[in-house]
Amino acid sequence: MDTINLTIDHKPVVVKKGTTILEAASGIGIDIPTLCHMKLEDLNIENKPGGCRICVVEVNGRRNLAPACCTEANDGMEVNTHSMRVINARRTVMELILSDHPFDCLVCAKSGNCDLQDMAHRLGIREIHYKGEQSTYREDTSPAIIREVDKCIMCRRCETMCNEVQTVGVLSAINRGFQSVVSPAFEMNLDHSVCTYCGQCVAVCPTGALTEVDETGKVIRALSDPTKTVIVQTAPAVRAALGEEFGMEAGTLVTGKLVAALKRLGFDYVFDTDFAADLTIMEEGTELLTRLQKHLDGDKDVKLPILTSCCPAWVKFFEHQFPEMKDIPSTARSPQQMFGAIAKTYLADKLGVKREDLVVVSIMPCVAKKYECGRDEFKTNDNPDVDYAITTRELGALIKLSSIDFKALPNEDFDHPLGESSGAGVIFGTTGGVIEAAVRTAYEVHTQKELPRLDFDELRGMEGIREATIDFNGLPIKIGIAHGLGNARKLLEDIQAGKSEFHAIEIMSCPGGCIGGGGQPYHHGNADVLKKRQMALYTEDRNKTIRKSHENPYIVKLYEEFLGKPMSEKAHHLLHTEYFDRT
Amino acid sequence: MPKIKLAEHTIELIKTICAEFGNKESELINVLHKVQGELGYLPAEVQEVIAKELKASVAKVYGVVTFYSFFTMIPQGEHPISICMGTACYVRGAEQVLSEFKRQLKVEVGESTEDGMFSINCLRCVGACGLAPVVTVGEKVYGRVAPTDVKKIIAEYRDGCTSDSKTA
Repeated sequence: MDTINLTIDHKPVVVKKGTTILEAASGIGIDIPTLCHMKLEDLNIENKPGGCRICVVEVNGRRNLAPACCTEANDGMEVNTHSMRVINARRTVMELILSDHPFDCLVCAKSGNCDLQDMAHRLGIREIHYKGEQSTYREDTSPAIIREVDKCIMCRRCETMCNEVQTVGVLSAINRGFQSVVSPAFEMNLDHSVCTYCGQCVAVCPTGALTEVDETGKVIRALSDPTKTVIVQTAPAVRAALGEEFGMEAGTLVTGKLVAALKRLGFDYVFDTDFAADLTIMEEGTELLTRLQKHLDGDKDVKLPILTSCCPAWVKFFEHQFPEMKDIPSTARSPQQMFGAIAKTYLADKLGVKREDLVVVSIMPCVAKKYECGRDEFKTNDNPDVDYAITTRELGALIKLSSIDFKALPNEDFDHPLGESSGAGVIFGTTGGVIEAAVRTAYEVHTQKELPRLDFDELRGMEGIREATIDFNGLPIKIGIAHGLGNARKLLEDIQAGKSEFHAIEIMSCPGGCIGGGGQPYHHGNADVLKKRQMALYTEDRNKTIRKSHENPYIVKLYEEFLGKPMSEKAHHLLHTEYFDRT
Repeated sequence: MPKIKLAEHTIELIKTICAEFGNKESELINVLHKVQGELGYLPAEVQEVIAKELKASVAKVYGVVTFYSFFTMIPQGEHPISICMGTACYVRGAEQVLSEFKRQLKVEVGESTEDGMFSINCLRCVGACGLAPVVTVGEKVYGRVAPTDVKKIIAEYRDGCTSDSKTA
């Protein structure tokens, strides 16, 4: 029998076999509260340990209450989702969870965005009847992520992300009973572990147990220092998500308002990481074509596929897990770091500002970018190319703090010369976007012909691993795409085994790419939010007059005035990097 | 935690045990059990080797080691003493027995005496509730132990003379 007939709150429902009570209820508009459960539709991500027991329902004839998230619907089942017994049980469970939770909501980084707080509110908790021992753990601070384990409710969402989705394996439940907690091995600090700082644990944590390192204070201090020139770059994915921090619909493009807000915050120049994305394409695309040509000429020393290197979590991942393959990824720095390197040389000269007096701030959808800008190879005389990287969420907080009515802002334009970008730069923020941008340029450089079309639908989508063959005027270029480090691992293992036939592979650590980054407004388990952000970036790309990186006039000018040509000695020094064995 | 360097033959031993279980992650508990049987304890470095061989994350291995009270990361004494804290033993005075062991040996639960002879641990139920409170020293089980028996039990091992009295 493939279909199941049951009633939920006296309403008849017909569902497919294998459907949970939670899903069956949701299909008829019954919203059973959940806390530990999380499902990202279409991304194949689900956490349902059945641990928190908030979703319990009463099933007629069954002695115990059943957790709706992990109990399958059966034929003839009669389910009640809000009987007195159910409501009492949920409230008791909630009070017990709260009895071991620090009551510092007023000063907690997650306040207002906390699933636990929301659930306490929803269940109408006004008093905690249980007093007892409180678990206490030390705080763990790393360059990007803070763990305040006192606030952990053992939902295991972070563990699912770290192990099943990302296959990084840093976080695990340890100890038992009351002592049980999620931790790295041997309770070591995150910065001693193989953590990539992808921030997907932060993105799904229902409480304030995992948050990003807040650097808004440092930015405010820099902005109020009259001796400093403070400039800012904003990553592509930020414009497709920042509006959510102000109650706007997911996928609303706020590029113009974003620029206006940054100007009002007091940044001297507001630039675009998309410009640096175009620059990345010039370097990475040239590197691809050079490697490809040598490969076609029969040079055995040249390794293919070439892998993209824009994502700092991905870089740290292969440095820890696949160090023997560190010569395969492109040597091109990420757009954030390319921007920093150009800003502190080319731009500083143009502005007549000393390197030490120029502060570069980036707005990133990412927490790993905080770690990336602190890497030693991106510093000159201890002065980093990028001084501070703050997340989309931190920018939202900064705007609110500064009495700016975001929704009422007019649209304003980026400054020049580092603010102009092509549509190719914009789509860097989504899975498939970097490689599509690279194809647009590499095709024209290689064939010396204009592309017959600009939208490569075969490279787009949300499938974890995608592949496509693009015809470079008779030369078939095989392309692979992976988002989520677990998917990346599969492609890497194929390369290791000599089974990979790809010429180029794009890898982004976060599901969906940067639009789903660990620093983005919280999606609260709703994958539609990511899809809407993705659509927004493709819309911005379509609306651009220039859609190919090599046609960005400011990029052309940068090479003419400063860099010479792609992969020149100067470009190599400023825009490329090396990788390290971190085992 | 101070780092220890494992001897080559120890690493080989761990690898052999992992291989016996097909290097399967699903055999983790069996592997840990056998390795602890050979080495006496499971320090971090040993867990790292096991994780690598079974292609599991070190965090997961550590998670399992810390979940089961049977596994220990601290070297055991030559004569590991375990006091049962299961319900039956507890209500019949296991806690006083434990206190007496701690007092006489001057160590806490999970620690070893300075001479390495004894270590104290608690466990949950050895399935001999009729003999509560139960203490085991190595493989030997002592039943109906009173705090006044503690001195004699320790002496058996310290003086090398084992008597048969009060053993199960």
